[in-house]
Amino acid sequence: MATAPQIGAGATTVLRLDKITKRFGPLLANDAISFALGAGEVVALLGENGAGKTTLMNILFGHYLADDGVVEAFGRALPPGDPRATLAAGIGMVHQHFTLADNLSVLDNIALGTQPLFSARFDAAKARTRIAELSRSFGLEVDPQARVADLTVGEKQRVEILKALYRDARILILDEPTAVLSPLETDSLFQTLEKLVEQGLSIIFISHKLGEVMRISNRVLVLRGGRLVGERQTASATREELAELMIGGTLTGPGKHSVQQGAVALDLRAIHTRASGDKRALEGVDLQLRAGEIFGIAGVSGNGQASLAALISGMIAQDGGDLIIAGESPRGWSPREALRQGIGRIPEDRHHEGTLGDMSVAENVISERYGEQPYSRWGVIDWRAAVNFAKKLIGEYDVKCPSPAARIRLLSGGNMQKLILGRVLDGRPRIVLANQPTRGLDVGAVAYVHSRLLKACEEGAAILLISEDLDEVLALADRIGVMSKGRLSEPFRRGEKSLAEIGALMAGHGFAEGEGAHAH
Amino acid sequence: MGEAFDIFLQASFWVAVVRIASPLILATMGELICERAGVLNLGIEGIMTAGAFVGWYTVYAGGDLWLGVLMAGVIGVVFGLLHGTLTVPLGLSQHVTGIGVTLLASSLAYFSYRLLLPQVSSPPKIEPFQPLPIPFLSDIPLFGQALFAQTPLTYFAFVAVALVAWVLYRTPLGLAIRAVGENPAACEAQGIDVTLIRLGAVMAGSALMAIGGAFLTISAFNSFFFEMVNGRGWICIALVVFGSWRPGKALLGAILFAAFDAYQVRLQQVTGGVVPYQLFLMMPYVLSILALIVMARKASYPKALMVPYRKGER
Amino acid sequence: MRIEPVDAVSWRATLGYPALAILATLAFAGVLVMLAGANPFAVFGLVLKGAFGSQFAFLETLTRATPLIFTGLAVAVAFRAKLWNIGAEAQLYIGGVVTVVLGTGALPWAGFALKPAIIVAVMMAGALVLLVPTLLKSRFGVDEVVTTLLLNFIVLLFVSMLLEGVLKNPMGMGWPQSRRVIEAASLPKILQGKRLHYGFVLALVAAISVWFVMARTTLGYEMRAVGHNPQAARFAGIRVNLVLVKTALLSGGLAALAGFSEVAGLKGNLSLDLSPGYGYTGIVVAMLAMLHPLGVIAAAIFVAGIFVGADSMSRAARVPSYIADVTVATALLTMVAAILLTRYRIRWR
Repeated sequence: MATAPQIGAGATTVLRLDKITKRFGPLLANDAISFALGAGEVVALLGENGAGKTTLMNILFGHYLADDGVVEAFGRALPPGDPRATLAAGIGMVHQHFTLADNLSVLDNIALGTQPLFSARFDAAKARTRIAELSRSFGLEVDPQARVADLTVGEKQRVEILKALYRDARILILDEPTAVLSPLETDSLFQTLEKLVEQGLSIIFISHKLGEVMRISNRVLVLRGGRLVGERQTASATREELAELMIGGTLTGPGKHSVQQGAVALDLRAIHTRASGDKRALEGVDLQLRAGEIFGIAGVSGNGQASLAALISGMIAQDGGDLIIAGESPRGWSPREALRQGIGRIPEDRHHEGTLGDMSVAENVISERYGEQPYSRWGVIDWRAAVNFAKKLIGEYDVKCPSPAARIRLLSGGNMQKLILGRVLDGRPRIVLANQPTRGLDVGAVAYVHSRLLKACEEGAAILLISEDLDEVLALADRIGVMSKGRLSEPFRRGEKSLAEIGALMAGHGFAEGEGAHAH
Repeated sequence: MGEAFDIFLQASFWVAVVRIASPLILATMGELICERAGVLNLGIEGIMTAGAFVGWYTVYAGGDLWLGVLMAGVIGVVFGLLHGTLTVPLGLSQHVTGIGVTLLASSLAYFSYRLLLPQVSSPPKIEPFQPLPIPFLSDIPLFGQALFAQTPLTYFAFVAVALVAWVLYRTPLGLAIRAVGENPAACEAQGIDVTLIRLGAVMAGSALMAIGGAFLTISAFNSFFFEMVNGRGWICIALVVFGSWRPGKALLGAILFAAFDAYQVRLQQVTGGVVPYQLFLMMPYVLSILALIVMARKASYPKALMVPYRKGER
Repeated sequence: MRIEPVDAVSWRATLGYPALAILATLAFAGVLVMLAGANPFAVFGLVLKGAFGSQFAFLETLTRATPLIFTGLAVAVAFRAKLWNIGAEAQLYIGGVVTVVLGTGALPWAGFALKPAIIVAVMMAGALVLLVPTLLKSRFGVDEVVTTLLLNFIVLLFVSMLLEGVLKNPMGMGWPQSRRVIEAASLPKILQGKRLHYGFVLALVAAISVWFVMARTTLGYEMRAVGHNPQAARFAGIRVNLVLVKTALLSGGLAALAGFSEVAGLKGNLSLDLSPGYGYTGIVVAMLAMLHPLGVIAAAIFVAGIFVGADSMSRAARVPSYIADVTVATALLTMVAAILLTRYRIRWR
């Protein structure tokens, strides 16, 4: 990409953040962050999950109120906590989780809030014309009449961008825009961004992906633990330098060693499932998971991983194909049966699936075994046994928690995840399903989770790791499969395929026969 | 047997249908607005009762009939503000708050009634709205009377449907209301104040509900008595579902329902006491439950209905 | 304005906010009393006296509290599992029907056999009445609030039909009421000549049993888990639909016991005015008790006291007895707001 040479906050400063600070209870999410954005610049905000990037941008956009600090846009102070004022000042945001009303049309979503609230008529024609104009200028093709729920992820993102452009944004913030895109869609997005810069827009690009940051930005700001720890010109920075700043040390991969591959613990043959909600259908998945191995499933979110996880967790049953555990097909499939078959599940969403938020830690650790001894006898629960179990896990898994009676909601993400990990691994399951196990965790917690998974693997468990973080998969997995459009690629070993080849798989190329039958 | 079908051929039957439907139409439109904005308003039964009382009492105390309608609307707004404040900014359970508002509104109505008219043994009467026939149109056979010889408040009900449909689908305000009920975060990101829109919708909807209740005392009948709303509020909730949250379909549902209700009264008279009258009276409620079951599978409800919006919640 | 969860729930807040709620309720009631032209403090005094001021008054309050304990428990159990049972009224009346069907002579058994049999039958009937809306919810996704509400009207009409038909008391002088319950099926009075009957004791036993189930058994754990987070509960292997069914059975059964208690202990027969809305008031009782089974006892006595006291007060002062209904409804709303304020903090812009 040809980057327009900019010298720091060169020509004109369009945006200035001054000592922005934000606390959430004891957590200091943003610590006196200051930086400036120049006209026509692309500045990347680089940092790990939890570094404070999204918080900072939410403050900028007015979703949150900063505890301290000011924001100046085009020379004028921006009223805090007022998305209206931010929009009026020419700042637009493409959110990480799309803020679109699924049941309304593209036109409705874009024009929402742009016409005076109490006018007698909604001018749909005017909106349509302007959207067509913008689509043409920036190559963002959309059908204004389409229902948002029917769009692909890439199309939805185009709508998000159009929303900002419709309101004459001169500064565009994109929050992890490529998290849900395939490599092809990412290229398309970068082309759009180039066009926007040509038209004079300034861009803030939030990401934790080094490669993209190097590709698209003029300047990189690195956040770590809520603080701005470094600022570099992209042209003169190196990946290692940035990675070090981002992590606060050098990258040490986990000690992955070879383990004897055992018998097939989980065997999926030609699995078909129905699509439901936002879960994509599985279209003939084959997978043999062996004891003692970590099988990593890579791929952009939304390609069937959720369905696969739901199937193995027992939450859904297959429509076609066989699910075989240690050589036998279970009769009747449910979460209870999955547990009985020795499948330990670390769910993707620790708040909605993994924990009972308003109940205590002790009540949560027995959630999968409350019906068994010693936790209950004849239907009566022995709370002392539950509390003891909680204490055991708290100690063994280094969970920071006030007491077993504390509401589990109060624990930080990392501690909650450690507790869930403990609850799952304590039962010595023969199969472990780890679904996005380190999402949203800080570096320390990530390393801990990885080490525990490796240990379980060494002790003979078969681990299925589903992760949207390709780096994590590459670091941990013995064998890797890529999911795309509900299908799983032929497994390969780490090192057998290049990043480019993996990227191609993620985009849906290189799958076995039958590919053409499925619409892209 | 022929008598059972002859009922449909009587103009007076259809007049009754539209009259019975009118309070349902108004209250259903009111609930529809609330739910489109994402707020379930279970205070409907109590708000209708309060509206019935306030409308009636205003007239009893010497006021004009339309002043009665206005005052009913005002009391609706007041209770709507209460329900909205508790459920929107405070995010309390919409179920519990709604039941509480129903209990409060109806008990306040009964308390006020007893207080203001302590000595009465039978409910005092007022002079209600009289039918206002539209020339020429009201002479159309069979349906002419039903559609064009009703009281002004019935015409108001039909106008309300058109108005609600227009606002919802053709104005920026209506788009905001619909969007707030689908994805409040999206609205916030577009600079719309979710709280204000939801509050406004609940208040406006409650006003319509109260006017629907007032219809009972100042148009359909001419006095206020206890338990007069008799579950109509709950039936309107079923009608909103039956109408898939669309004003036109909900209107249809109300008419269908009223037709059934009017029919069972006349059928009773025709079959003359062989079947216990209670079974006939049960039918409206049974029908409502059936309507809910039928629609449940297909329901395309507002996605953010009953989900309280907590700003900036991580 | 934003709402944020509080880091730790302070006991000062847990006591303070509900206290504020009660004060706000009394203030509002006081305003209404003044509008009625009476002195609020005098009126409150009369209410207190009428509720607790004498042995007679106190016993009357406990008698009034008995059905409220049952319906309060029924609602608390259901609401804990997020099953919105607004149909306790219907379940209560069905309980009364079964009591009268079995207890007016059809089963000529002795008391120690007849009463438990009737109790079991009553609970089963109440359970069935709530089971229908519950199944409609779990199979078809039909909101149970509206279906339970509509069932109240349907069941009441059904009872009216029975009372004018098969259950009609031939010696009832034309009023629609049932025959009287026989001795063996009745709940005797606790004290000679007073209205308080053993239904009260049964209610206390029920409350303690429910508390034990909720806090100490696997069933109670499942119910609470499903109420907090049905998805996580399902993930953990809990059969959510089965739990909802069990909840419905328990809740419906408890509400029906209210009907049994009133018919077999207080009224002696079934008529249409068996319940002045105990099913709905049970909701208030449950919320005031914050859904805690033992709290329901206190809340029921409190609410019963308001009604009994207001009845007695309105005979002396000029204030309509509906002030009790207003006060109770206000208490519900203020208490629900207070509970929120103990757990969340409001941040103004």
